[in-house]
Amino acid sequence: MQDDDLLNDESSQEIDDHSGVSRRDFLKISTISAAAVPILGAKVVEAAGVPVKVYGPGKVPVELTVNGQKHALRLEPRVTLLDALRDPLEITGAKRVCDRGECGACTVIMDNRAVYACSILAIEAQGKAITTVEAFMQGETLHPIQQAFVDNDASQCGFCTPGFVVAFKAFLDQHPNASPEEIRRGLSGNLCRCGTYHGIQLAIAQMAQKGA
Amino acid sequence: MPDYNWPDAAHRTLIGKRTSRVDSPFKVSGRAKYTYDYHGANMLFGKVLRSPYAKAKIVSIDVSLAEKLPGVKAVEIIQKPGSTVAWAGDEIVAVAAVDEPTAEDAVRLINVKYQPMSYLVSDAEPPAGAGEAAGPMSEDDIDDAIGNQTPDAEVAKYLQEHGVSFKVDDDFLKDMQDEGASDAVLAAIRQATFHPVKGAGHSAYQKTAAQTSGDPDKAFAEAEVVSEGLYGAPVIVHCCLEPHGSVSEWTDKDHLFTHISTQNVSGIAGQMADPLGISAANIRIHQDNMGGGFGSKFAADRWDIAAARLSKKAGGRPVRMMLERDAELKVAGARPSAYARVKVAAKKDGTITGWQSQSWGTGGPGGGGMPPIPYVFSIANQHKEHIAIRNNIGPARAWRAPNHPQAAVITMGALDDLAAKLQMDPLDLWLKNLEITGPRRDVYREELAVAAGLMGWKDKWRARGQNVSGGIARGLGLSIHTWGGRGHASDCDLTIHPDGSVDVKMGTQDIGTGTRTTIVIVAAETLGIPIEAINLYIGDTLYPPSGGSGGSTTPGGVSSSTRRAAVDAREALFTKVAPVLNAQPQELECGNGTVRVKSDPSRSLDWKQACSKIGAMPLTARGHNDQVAGKNHPDLTNSGVGGVGMADVEVDTETGIVKVKKMVAVQDCGLIIDLKTAESSCYGALTMGISYALFEEKIMDQPTGRMLNPNMEFYRLAGLNDIPELVVHMMTGKGYDERGVIGLGEPPVISPGAAIANAVANAIGTRVSFLPITADKVLAALNQKSMTQKAGA
Repeated sequence: MQDDDLLNDESSQEIDDHSGVSRRDFLKISTISAAAVPILGAKVVEAAGVPVKVYGPGKVPVELTVNGQKHALRLEPRVTLLDALRDPLEITGAKRVCDRGECGACTVIMDNRAVYACSILAIEAQGKAITTVEAFMQGETLHPIQQAFVDNDASQCGFCTPGFVVAFKAFLDQHPNASPEEIRRGLSGNLCRCGTYHGIQLAIAQMAQKGA
Repeated sequence: MPDYNWPDAAHRTLIGKRTSRVDSPFKVSGRAKYTYDYHGANMLFGKVLRSPYAKAKIVSIDVSLAEKLPGVKAVEIIQKPGSTVAWAGDEIVAVAAVDEPTAEDAVRLINVKYQPMSYLVSDAEPPAGAGEAAGPMSEDDIDDAIGNQTPDAEVAKYLQEHGVSFKVDDDFLKDMQDEGASDAVLAAIRQATFHPVKGAGHSAYQKTAAQTSGDPDKAFAEAEVVSEGLYGAPVIVHCCLEPHGSVSEWTDKDHLFTHISTQNVSGIAGQMADPLGISAANIRIHQDNMGGGFGSKFAADRWDIAAARLSKKAGGRPVRMMLERDAELKVAGARPSAYARVKVAAKKDGTITGWQSQSWGTGGPGGGGMPPIPYVFSIANQHKEHIAIRNNIGPARAWRAPNHPQAAVITMGALDDLAAKLQMDPLDLWLKNLEITGPRRDVYREELAVAAGLMGWKDKWRARGQNVSGGIARGLGLSIHTWGGRGHASDCDLTIHPDGSVDVKMGTQDIGTGTRTTIVIVAAETLGIPIEAINLYIGDTLYPPSGGSGGSTTPGGVSSSTRRAAVDAREALFTKVAPVLNAQPQELECGNGTVRVKSDPSRSLDWKQACSKIGAMPLTARGHNDQVAGKNHPDLTNSGVGGVGMADVEVDTETGIVKVKKMVAVQDCGLIIDLKTAESSCYGALTMGISYALFEEKIMDQPTGRMLNPNMEFYRLAGLNDIPELVVHMMTGKGYDERGVIGLGEPPVISPGAAIANAVANAIGTRVSFLPITADKVLAALNQKSMTQKAGA
């Protein structure tokens, strides 16, 4: 993690952050002119002649809409949407695996698009509708995609499974008449270690048949 | 005595049928909770400072700035100044803070001074003469020999000849016993002579085996044909999607509660007790679901002990310590490499008469034993030498079927090259030599026939390099494998309540292999009720102990203990119910949700009515499976399976890219409890096989001493688009079912790599020696082949 320290700059300016932690280094933006009206925890500054929203450093208020529910949080700007969901919201269906947009285990739907929650900051997700795997069941009934995964034994350890299910639904929502081949390509951003792809292929075939 | 035997085929309603995995609905909906998902009240977040050096002495550690950072609640030095770190990523200091960003900042504020030392991370072929001066075994050497399942006799002989480099004490012997050392090995350690090693330490190269049997010189002198080749598989990692780690909290000053991602729920407390200075009885271990282990999650790791200590320092607050992805790939487990130069002697008709091999490989600082070569085929005349490379890549851990996939790549590759030299179809060469495969030869014969049929082998197979069209080369390859799989020690409590509900409790774990499903099927089958009627409790030390999930021992263990508990509970129920049905207990049976008289099923009570006769107190029976064969009467589990893997590949000779077109797995595993999840184990194994055959390698960089690809972009796993048609056939019925239950986790993952390597050789007409078979290696092999042909022309 030490290698990922992009926020390290000795000449950073310090801004009060209400959290008592004022020593954090902060990415210096050159030609910062003036702090403007704060919105949703952001300050607007002009950088290279363009107004830019600046959050933090330190904790800022963040409001997320997850599965139709609004949550008011205080998070450091560097916290990802994934980490905000998992801790503190304890919505843990999206898993943290690669933490850098390589494996798809953290896939959630944001404004109808599948996204890697590890690669989006919580502050960026404000004002958007976030849907996680937890919202897919209707009461006690599994979503047809979930049922197809059960029928075809498409999960073993199950750690990648929610990511696959979410990516699958997001893809079908956008491409309701997709062929099995197209669905497979649509899910190729997700990885499994136990080797459940065979079951997933069968689940794809089951869903494609339903759609046809 | 009650009849514990498995019901015969006519009396099975659930066993051997296809039952959907019972925990699937929870996994597909995000409701299944994993260790990583546990969020304790007031939880702190742990992070570890790791060594940037492959080998270095720690000169000093300054944690003062980290301790002063607001939000930091505890700091724990794992390796003190003066210690030597032996791989990049080795743990030095752990911190716990109120949130993850703060913990990351705290790690950055720790100042460690190192004195870098020379290191080796390569596992290239040892220089000539290396390893001749074999030295005494270190603690790591012994640990590694046991971990790698080096045969007892080999370890004992080495200890007798070379002694040990350290003073053996009872603690060490106990550790080794816990790791699975046999009595013979323990005795050899105890009796080994102490030879202190002087100076800076011994060579990185250690000759760990030189074995001769029969008369190899004569066999090679008389051979009608000799085939030679170079084969191997690199170090790969487990890349568990849920990383290693735990959440520990002290519930009072001497009671610890640990959630941990483990394959070994019942065995973890015993490992944590000593380092924490408390009784194992004061440690509760819990795990609901586990996101992949593959052999790498049996231990309470250093970071787990650190988390418990941090929690203690922080007044007992839970501390979550889960590895980051890079650490997971760098330090949390690696499969040893194995490479070999092999010569095979044979007669013109394909009869194998001799084997010679010089092998080498690394399992990290501990070296690494010789894989079991020649694999499956017991060749009469052989000479083998092995050099273990002790280097600084991080420690090895068991990886599905430890050492067998490497042994298969080496052995099956050498035999495939022999077949090519003889211009024989390898299938015929395998069949020709089945006599020397031992007691499973008839199983192999049957399985090879089935696999060949499913693959269309006889129609598709062409001699090497003879199936090329438009730059696309097509080829077939095969391999066979073996494994033990006897059930481990397991205790099961089964309770029937007066209201008819049934609880099954066991300290086992479901690591994604379908263990929950196996247990409820056995309980439901035995009691004649639906699986939904069983309430299953696993994954906690509150329940009776059951073995770690390794070596394919879980299905045999848990099914046997569950069967015994269920039969005993059923017998106790019969005793209560018999008077009501005017029958003797032995005249009753369970079935279809009733308890009834066997000879007159009209005299019956439905399950609830029957259970209401129990009285006020529930009935509990404890079932036990012993690890030792012969101690269970009757034995419901068994050992020893054979299996076949076949691959059909396509190689683009312009780009060098290999595409697997079809794979076939044919496998026996005794009596199958759930056909659906058993097949899934094989589909998964074929997939992992494609992955390690074509993509996976822990790439180490000698100039920096670090792993170059500790992420999931450059440590590539197979994806959906890499998976072809997979065909799985389980051997069941007469000759198989009556053997009892045998585990399945390891065997099907052994052959795919070898089968794919052989298929590529068949396609392009030359061998790519080492996995993974990447495009650059294919092009280099093709280049070499065309230069050889030109030189010969």
